[in-house]
Amino acid sequence: MRKWNIVGIAAVLAIATATFGASYAAEKLKVGFIYTGPIGDLGWSYQHDVGRKAMEKALGDKVETTYLENVPEGPDAERSIEQLARSGHKLIFTTSFGFMDPTLKVANKYPSVFFEHATGFKRAKNMSTYAARFYEGRYIQGQIAAKVSKTGVIGYIVSFPIPEVISNINATMLGAQSVNPNMKVKIIWVNSWFDPGKEADAAKALIDQGADVLTQHTDSPAAMQIAEQRGVHAFGESSDMIKFGPKAQLTADTDYWGDYYTKRAQAVLDGKWTSEDTWGGLDSGMVVMSPYTNMPDDVKKMAMDTQAAIKSGALHPFKCPITDQDGKTVECKGGTHLDAGQILSMNFYVKGIDDKIPGK
Amino acid sequence: MLLLEAIILSVIAASTPLLLAASGELVVERAGVLNLGLEGMMIMGAACGFAGAYMSDSILVGALSGVLAGAAMSAIFAFLTLGLAVNQVATGLALTILGTGLSGLIGAGFVGQKIVPAVQLHLPILTDLPIVGRIVFGEDAFVYFSIALIVGIWLFLYRSRPGLILRAVGDNHISAHALGYPVLKIRMLAVLFGGACAGLAGAFLPLAYTPFFIPGMTAGRGWIALALVVFASWRPGRLVAGAYLFGAVSILQLHAQALGLGVPSQLMSSLPYLATVIVLVLISRTRGTAGSAAPASLGMVFVPDR
Repeated sequence: MRKWNIVGIAAVLAIATATFGASYAAEKLKVGFIYTGPIGDLGWSYQHDVGRKAMEKALGDKVETTYLENVPEGPDAERSIEQLARSGHKLIFTTSFGFMDPTLKVANKYPSVFFEHATGFKRAKNMSTYAARFYEGRYIQGQIAAKVSKTGVIGYIVSFPIPEVISNINATMLGAQSVNPNMKVKIIWVNSWFDPGKEADAAKALIDQGADVLTQHTDSPAAMQIAEQRGVHAFGESSDMIKFGPKAQLTADTDYWGDYYTKRAQAVLDGKWTSEDTWGGLDSGMVVMSPYTNMPDDVKKMAMDTQAAIKSGALHPFKCPITDQDGKTVECKGGTHLDAGQILSMNFYVKGIDDKIPGK
Repeated sequence: MLLLEAIILSVIAASTPLLLAASGELVVERAGVLNLGLEGMMIMGAACGFAGAYMSDSILVGALSGVLAGAAMSAIFAFLTLGLAVNQVATGLALTILGTGLSGLIGAGFVGQKIVPAVQLHLPILTDLPIVGRIVFGEDAFVYFSIALIVGIWLFLYRSRPGLILRAVGDNHISAHALGYPVLKIRMLAVLFGGACAGLAGAFLPLAYTPFFIPGMTAGRGWIALALVVFASWRPGRLVAGAYLFGAVSILQLHAQALGLGVPSQLMSSLPYLATVIVLVLISRTRGTAGSAAPASLGMVFVPDR
């Protein structure tokens, strides 16, 4: 494993290809990863890196992995992805929504390389998509929040108004409303996946305005730490943040990518890789709830029952009927619940959220 | 706690790193040197500050480590731009890139660790006063130091002879040199001072603001501090006002969102930069008259003839 920073990557790659590329490329499968944050973010990118290591461990010397961290989302990412493709990586995971179009572009240019893009919806012959159904965990969190909150206000720190983030807000509220129909949510957009200072400021602002359960769709444990300091509760995001909030964390919905990464790399090794759309949830082990802590036993039991029900398919967080915030009933394309397409392109708030989606 | 009091407390905390970093840069720029490496020096201060505090269990040691790290980074800058007369803009940008990478390396072993943050002052009676108590008498040492620092800088620049010389060096290094002042030495001291302040500003983040270290945690605050110096048109008084204004904007937009006022958060996030551009336009329109204290030799390379 070699670790490269984005700066100076061209030079390093050139040397690496010259020295190692020729001798090893034929024997090992080179797998590349593109992370949007630092792997030390203890959240999203960290969790993907845990998955990468799990894959390395499972497949041993059949694979060789490379990762690029701190790659900015958007057109700039194209260069980074292309660098990996050009330097002999046969399987490349791009792990953030904003890498979607750059990944597709590079995939079209390098038809013999396999690409896997997380959380997006554009696919090609050599480009799969994969995501975890985070909203399942969010629904459980919403229920817990409604039980433990005294003020009846959830504070929600979010990054960018993309469908995944919006569907997660909705799932949280649907869960909360299933326990207490009057639950409120206050939402703050920090316009960044990763800015600990701003996330902390947002957490303070939410607590100051009466929220006593915090949840976030950003990547650092800053909000958890503020919750701990202020004596309110919070949910960890992407990874278990109990260390930063031993008295504050109720649970965390963590992403576990290791099995998926191993499976996909094995498929390439066996020559059986095909373009797929994988959406794993609690049932597939892609979404794992951290231990339920800092809550009464009856709440814990409720959470576990809900978790089991979602896992077995008995309960769907987006079960119909669903009413949007303007009071309109949302079309029910999935029979008894919203279908995947509706959830993956969600662009409305459900009833009970008194806020507007930015830019809508 | 009243909402207003809570907001003011958050604003002060958010403004302090900006004020500390910008104070140092103000002195650097008044000496005629443009160091764009603020972000890199800050993040180094954050990494080394956390490392120092974690290993010693002392916030003071942490703060000093941050100061030293920032000063060390600026020494590289001083050597290149003053010693070898390399282009300041390019060197400053390189310093930021270097700092970002190096801090990640230094901090890698400390990610996921936590420390006890800097204690806040607590005076009997005074701190318990309603509203003003916490705000005036309940801050941490960084906040009080940042205020003392900018007052000291003001006294130095406008009420002392060395300060006058430093300004002369920044305004016309050729004349200052002709008068026999050691231009490069003065600039070197200013750059080191600026680095130390940036290091302290960076150390404030993991020691008091969010008590853990994560690579990249300065998240652009160095750039805002740079903009702030221009916004303040190189004057200490306006720098304080600007720092608290920038801090207030960033906190108030969060509260406005939580209240559901429908303020576009993207616009609010860009306000400090927009304000800086407007000030730059105003400065260029009033150049030659009162108002601007832009150092005339800012960013220019000086090679003394012997």
